[in-house]
Amino acid sequence: MQEMTSSLVRAFELLLSLDPVLYGIIFLSLQVSGLAVIAAAALGVPAGAGLALVRFPGREAAVSLLNTFMGLPPVVVGLVVYLILSRSGPMGFLGLLYSPTAMVAAQTILAFPIVAALTHAGIASVDPIVKDAIRSLGATTSQAARLVVIEARYAILAAVIAGYGRAAAEVGAVLMVGGNVEGYTRVMTTAIALETSRGDFELALALGIVLLFLSLVVNLALRAVQKRGALVR
Amino acid sequence: MTLSLSAAGLTKIYDGRAVLDGLDFAFQRGKVHAVIGPNGSGKSTLLRLLSLLDPPTRGTVLFLDGEEPAPADISVRRRMAFVFQRPSLFNTTVLKNVEAGLAIRGRPKRERNDVALDALRRVEMEKMADRNGRTLSGGESQRVALARALAVEPEILFLDEPTANLDPHSVRIIGKAIEKLRDGGRTTILLVTHNMFLAQRLADRVVFLFEGRIVEEGEAAAVIERPRDERTWRFLTGELAG
Repeated sequence: MQEMTSSLVRAFELLLSLDPVLYGIIFLSLQVSGLAVIAAAALGVPAGAGLALVRFPGREAAVSLLNTFMGLPPVVVGLVVYLILSRSGPMGFLGLLYSPTAMVAAQTILAFPIVAALTHAGIASVDPIVKDAIRSLGATTSQAARLVVIEARYAILAAVIAGYGRAAAEVGAVLMVGGNVEGYTRVMTTAIALETSRGDFELALALGIVLLFLSLVVNLALRAVQKRGALVR
Repeated sequence: MTLSLSAAGLTKIYDGRAVLDGLDFAFQRGKVHAVIGPNGSGKSTLLRLLSLLDPPTRGTVLFLDGEEPAPADISVRRRMAFVFQRPSLFNTTVLKNVEAGLAIRGRPKRERNDVALDALRRVEMEKMADRNGRTLSGGESQRVALARALAVEPEILFLDEPTANLDPHSVRIIGKAIEKLRDGGRTTILLVTHNMFLAQRLADRVVFLFEGRIVEEGEAAAVIERPRDERTWRFLTGELAG
């Protein structure tokens, strides 16, 4: 207990002393997860919107697949990205294994189904009477699609925030494709795993506190967005 | 010349049951038609078919632009408007809600603003222009929905029980706005209502619908006070169940 308390105190000291190693890890984590969520949103929002708005054969199957992929095990994603980017893999010539780009790719794959499935759910749950109202106002098909997406904007924003939460908290995949190289691919989650295994709890705890704080910020943002989206009638 | 509307053999079948059964009727241009009838008689379905929200199983909705037939497409839809029974406002300000139909028609922003504010004044909601539409009471929502419909100056206006479950103040304001529109004589109005006082006060004609068919139609006072058909009489006296 005493060791835990002293580790916690030293963790706060590290945070307050603006330790360059610590802040380097935090900055890289934000960069990797930020880029991943931008990519996941750029792909996932149109995909989710398309699934909700366009009728085509196999649509139900695509939605089920997406929902299944929401629970993708990160280590499996890590393994697949590893195999693709490894020297003998189909994209091995790019030399991206053990780079931040590989980590962005892995996190994008993990966040994409969440963004797409939640965007789909948000747009699909727009009140049918609102859709009727849009049509009754003389909207063309494309105008109606645009207005329905605007109506679901808070649900879509919530989907993107949830995608960020998934990407930022992930450890297995980035460890496998990033390699946890100090000063290059070491992010908060992989650093915590490493420092804990080493028995060096100060840095791990300091990073844990930052991760928790980010998680709190993400959740507060999510709540605020959902509250705005579900304004009572 | 304003648009006129008629139904030819209009039929809608849901789950093997004919909700509307071969309905033929020509609505009179510029008149208010109250569509009355027990629950499940096909009133709302009729409005949805005539407003092109749903396709009929059989039959057609015919539009005449003067004497010329007009195709039942988006151009005709943009000459009509619909107020639903349930609140149907968008999650944005009252003003933007009322501007929506004008924005869809590509009207310039400044003009949209003026027209929308004028429509809001007609339902005494101009002071709430900046409020979010979802934070309004049922009566206020319905008044804004009516303003949204009025803003596009429809030639045909569909009102599906617009005053059901509303406070008397909102019913009065909505009634007044419809009355003014009726007196303008340029809008054909189809009003589905269970409120016979409102029907008698606002409507020129009353159409009594029963089991998907028109049983009786005529001048409002005549149908409500001296119905010819026994079923109409039983409905008006509360003896006919839906």
